[in-house]
Amino acid sequence: MSTTNKEIGPPVIELGAMGWLRKNLFSNWYNSLLTIFGLYLLYILIPPLLNWIFLDANFVGSTRDDCTNEGACWIFIQQNIKLIFYGLYPTEELWRINFVYLILFISGVYLLIPNLKHKGWVGAFLLIIFPIICVIMLSGGLGLEAVETRLWGGLFLTLVIAGVGIVLSLPIGVMLALGRRSKLPVVSILCTIFIEIWRGVPLITVLFMASNMFPLFMPEGVNFDKLIRALIGVMFFSAAYLAEVVRGGLQAMPKGQYEASQAVGLTYWRMMALVILPQSLKMVIPAIIGSFIAIFKDTTLVLVIGLFDFLGIIQFVGTNPDWLGFSHEGYVFAAAVFWVFCYAMSWYSQRLEKKLDTGR
Amino acid sequence: METDRSKLGSFLFNRSVQGVFYQLITLGLVALGIYYIVTNTARNMLERGLASGFHFLGVESQFDIGMTLIEYSPTSTYFDSFIVGLLNTLLVAGIGILFATIIGFTIGIMRLSSNWLIAKIAEAYVEILRNIPLLLQIFFWYFAVLRALPKPKQSLELYDSFFLNNRGLFIPDTVFGEGSSIIFYLLWLTIIISIGIFIWAKRRQNRTGERFPAFYVSTALILGTFFISLAATGFPVSFEYPELKGFNFKGGVKLIPELVALTFALAMYTASFIAEVVRGGIMAVSKGQTEAAKSVGLKQNLILRLIIIPQALRVIVPPLTNQYLNLTKNSSLAAAIAYPDLVLVFAGTALMQTGQAIEIIGMVMGVYLFLSLFTSLIMNLFNRFMKVDGER
Repeated sequence: MSTTNKEIGPPVIELGAMGWLRKNLFSNWYNSLLTIFGLYLLYILIPPLLNWIFLDANFVGSTRDDCTNEGACWIFIQQNIKLIFYGLYPTEELWRINFVYLILFISGVYLLIPNLKHKGWVGAFLLIIFPIICVIMLSGGLGLEAVETRLWGGLFLTLVIAGVGIVLSLPIGVMLALGRRSKLPVVSILCTIFIEIWRGVPLITVLFMASNMFPLFMPEGVNFDKLIRALIGVMFFSAAYLAEVVRGGLQAMPKGQYEASQAVGLTYWRMMALVILPQSLKMVIPAIIGSFIAIFKDTTLVLVIGLFDFLGIIQFVGTNPDWLGFSHEGYVFAAAVFWVFCYAMSWYSQRLEKKLDTGR
Repeated sequence: METDRSKLGSFLFNRSVQGVFYQLITLGLVALGIYYIVTNTARNMLERGLASGFHFLGVESQFDIGMTLIEYSPTSTYFDSFIVGLLNTLLVAGIGILFATIIGFTIGIMRLSSNWLIAKIAEAYVEILRNIPLLLQIFFWYFAVLRALPKPKQSLELYDSFFLNNRGLFIPDTVFGEGSSIIFYLLWLTIIISIGIFIWAKRRQNRTGERFPAFYVSTALILGTFFISLAATGFPVSFEYPELKGFNFKGGVKLIPELVALTFALAMYTASFIAEVVRGGIMAVSKGQTEAAKSVGLKQNLILRLIIIPQALRVIVPPLTNQYLNLTKNSSLAAAIAYPDLVLVFAGTALMQTGQAIEIIGMVMGVYLFLSLFTSLIMNLFNRFMKVDGER
């Protein structure tokens, strides 16, 4: 041990930008090596991508001949935007879809702004009256011209399938979860079998079943629309997944909550509706939204049974002889839109998780 | 009168009586529903002239399949096509799981790196890939990347032995010459001996506390025996490299572009979920464990191997198998790019030809259902085995 009087040098900078760099990127030799490798990776990926998407891209024009630059040809998307967003829905009736979007948007914004009154009423409106408005506005009735569902398509169809799947599967999922945890053996076994069967098979086989087997199940003359068949398939499939998520929440509930509500004389349904479900659903909100994201992504599979959802229509537009060879643009655009939707949902769920993290 | 009514009341409001009553109603409704569906189906099938039963499995299928792992021709039966599809599904799932695990663990560990840039790159990978539908990713790799590759003459190549072009990926084939079986027997033998060494080393350590470098010894034993036996038998194992002949490659193993795209997309997508599982598992090991291990004087690599990894694995394995199962089920998306998996071959072509929707979809669903139930059975056993005493 030598205690020399060597002059102590000035301290290594640990504050400011230099300090941060030293601590987080160049703390030792292999970290420096990793940083350089990472920078190189970004260098070979990012600039060409940016060039292709923005700098060298073509934005103005109306035919493929206007795409003279090296980069992406966004004119392809621009020219087909109506198909991509609305499918083959008649042009003069598009206002109906936009009207539905508008109602959804306004009530959504209302619900998102903190500290507004009557949120319960708006929520009830969205859950009960809004679906009726949707059905009338979108498929026709009450003096509006009927629009067959085979004309539905694009992002609009994706939102319809995901929306119906999400809204209907949650109550079914809750009921299935309650059933599986029921003390009555018959109910519990039936629910377990139902859940495990749907969860055990891929969605694509469910959709094949919906399109090939459902028509056989129905009595004569009853013919379900292809879209409705797909919706039923998606609904049960996601209900089974949600049921397991909800069951997780129910299991995490302390036993005392059940005992206390029984002690004050609540019946089974009141106990569930007033005490257990509000608490346990709150606990599993992130997982529920995770399932919603999964449903949203899974709606793309309906293209295998011949429905033209957002991805399906982009695939279809790409086969148009006028626009052959622009699949990259189509996929990048679709990926961007899906990503924004999914990321927004997961961001919202994280926000909600923080906000609801009361107690404990 | 009064007592009769209260008797009736206490009978009606008795919990167990109510329970039986509700269960009877449920059973009745379910039975009614099934009866309704079955009668409808029976009548519909009769009207459409559809056959029922599994006789069709023995009939000639009369269609060809683009990629088969076993002998198959249009004169083979529908049952053969079922097996071909099943094997193709398992092939994709197997390769996919292998790569997803490698990529997923790498990305997951990268996310925990103390290097800010590396952690952010890993985070970007996870956030981008898991928020884009898998089908879109499959389409991207298949239509936008593999189809856009150059023709065989301008293939992308690696070391003159791997070739990638729009016909697929060509890799060298291993050829086992005479005498190569001895090498395999020796390989198996050394593996069994190594397992024995591990058990013996563990026992000895429990008894005496002395450590034995079982890992290094057994690795040396396996590799050493392998190379010595290779040299002794005169290198009977060789590689057959793909070669460009005319317009296409001959020799080697050809992986069709559908297989390459599907495996790639499945592996990359599932890896983003596995990365999160791995990160969660490692983070679940409390900091106190590392600190305690340090304070008893364990070295860094021993802390990882003896303290962190075993505990993290206990958290990681159940959700990891879940991801493997998801990957297997997601491999059914093969149907969208025409890779001949179980769904495309059997629930697609065979169903179209025979029209026996119920039997065929039942069989396909049965396969997937068997896989998931089997996996969850294994998982339950694993959880029981790994459970720490006193933990709830």
